[in-house]
Amino acid sequence: MAAVGERRITYDARGLAEPDADAPRIAEVSEGRATFDARDLTTRQINLELRRLLYEEGVTDVTVQNPGAKHSLGVGILTRCRIRFAGSLGYFGCGLIDGPEIHVTGRVGWSACENMMSGVVVVDGNAGSLTAAAIRGGDVVVKGQVGARTAIDGKGGSVIVLGNAGSMTGFMLQRGRIVVCGDVGNGLGDSMYDGTIYVAGKVRSLGIDCVPGEWDETDDEFIARKFRIYELGEPPAFQKFVCGKKLYNYDNLEPSERKLVL
Amino acid sequence: MCGIAGIIYRDDSRDIGRDMTRMLQSMKHRGPDSTGYALYGASNGDGRIVMRYTLADANTPRDFDFEERLQRHQRQVIDRLRGLGARLHDVEAETEYAYRVTFDLPNGTLKDLADRIEDIPDAEVLSLGHSLEIVKDLGDAESVADQYGLDDFQGTHAIGHVRMATESDVDISGAHPYWAYPFTDVAVVHNGQLTNYFQWKRRLERSGHRFQSECDSEIIAVYLAEKMEGGASLEDAMRDSLDELDGVFTYIAVTDDALGVAKDEMAAKPLVLYESDDLVALASEEIAIRAIVDREIDTYDPYESEVLVWQR
Repeated sequence: MAAVGERRITYDARGLAEPDADAPRIAEVSEGRATFDARDLTTRQINLELRRLLYEEGVTDVTVQNPGAKHSLGVGILTRCRIRFAGSLGYFGCGLIDGPEIHVTGRVGWSACENMMSGVVVVDGNAGSLTAAAIRGGDVVVKGQVGARTAIDGKGGSVIVLGNAGSMTGFMLQRGRIVVCGDVGNGLGDSMYDGTIYVAGKVRSLGIDCVPGEWDETDDEFIARKFRIYELGEPPAFQKFVCGKKLYNYDNLEPSERKLVL
Repeated sequence: MCGIAGIIYRDDSRDIGRDMTRMLQSMKHRGPDSTGYALYGASNGDGRIVMRYTLADANTPRDFDFEERLQRHQRQVIDRLRGLGARLHDVEAETEYAYRVTFDLPNGTLKDLADRIEDIPDAEVLSLGHSLEIVKDLGDAESVADQYGLDDFQGTHAIGHVRMATESDVDISGAHPYWAYPFTDVAVVHNGQLTNYFQWKRRLERSGHRFQSECDSEIIAVYLAEKMEGGASLEDAMRDSLDELDGVFTYIAVTDDALGVAKDEMAAKPLVLYESDDLVALASEEIAIRAIVDREIDTYDPYESEVLVWQR
């Protein structure tokens, strides 16, 4: 049995043991900005260094060089700050964040920005499947393509994709907006409860209960505002898709609501 | 979960064994049970055939008769090869139970040869062809590469697999890649599950094909082989598989001069792809591609129902 105070072996996302999981303290800090090279660091070391800078050093602007597509980088950041990943992230990058503005100059793997609460993530390259799964707030901007099931189970926030999106985009979307400037695959908005999906390109097929929506000025305002904020140029013409509200029984009250009415 | 990888050099032979080891080792977390390679060596142009086979595996009980049995079965393999008219060149014991033989076969068919070898107790032909060599064993990529000396393997293209066993046992038979018996130089690695496995297995067995394992992934190799036997190209056979194989899958198939990838209609299993003038590399995770390309690169995910094939 390990003695009290003895260091326990921990594991990173690749299953490698990291008995020495202290922050490496290698960042160069100057005037509130920090930079460090992640090439030879493990996932855990990178995240520990990031946290040390943001939470202990009070740095609000961090550049991480050579992230090398490692998994689970930049997760669980719960403070207002700027983070720039100069390169690509692997799976689960920038998940569970609340507040930061993150710029990824490369691509992100599957499940980036999962369960994001607020903040901004801008990805210059492509993104894998399940981007912004269960997003609750904030903006995710992908300048390349995204894979399948973008914003699956989304509960808020906005996802803007300049390229194409794969199948089942907006699957079970509950709230929030998805903007796709390119084409989308089969099953757009399948089983969505609510929320809005805008598509400028071709829609291969609509999912169950996803129907064309009526365009109004709030749609114009939303699209124009987001394109202006993120300097995405002139927005193309979009089609709007919403939930037909036939799949689920929306007229029935929840048991708790029924009690209140009764 | 499993991890798959593929690499094809368009211009020349490279250290394909070392590269594939790096890719697979970086995805060790996706499957710690076994690691497998299908490596395509530089063509020797002399028509020589390479056969890799095993006579036991790491799980085989080491009883008192184990050594004697192994030697007896190995003698039987050599005798049968000679009996079938094969002119042997090299016979190498790669490990305690895995062998590599090169030979010429002036007459006779490779299917008959494979059947005769596998008729020997415990013998399993892993691959048979002019350039394909399948190596698979229990453990991670570095331990398998070290065991079989793969760092020095020169070749043009390769696929690999790290396995997390879900549908069948942890043994060499359940490890990928699968050779498309009885077709030379065709192999497959797969990440996913096939739900109409038994239906296809029965159908293919009725057509005379045999299966080495209980693993659903082997269906894909044999399925493609049968299609190609009927005249279909690799690409056409892979496209047909999208409609005829049920389940979730991303698989990579290779022949002696091509490498292809197919994703099912749900795109439920990942694949990241990098393409340059001299190299195509693909893997379940980008981190595997980064293991051999040490610079910032643009990668993308193929979409659902997509089939991509590259020729050398």
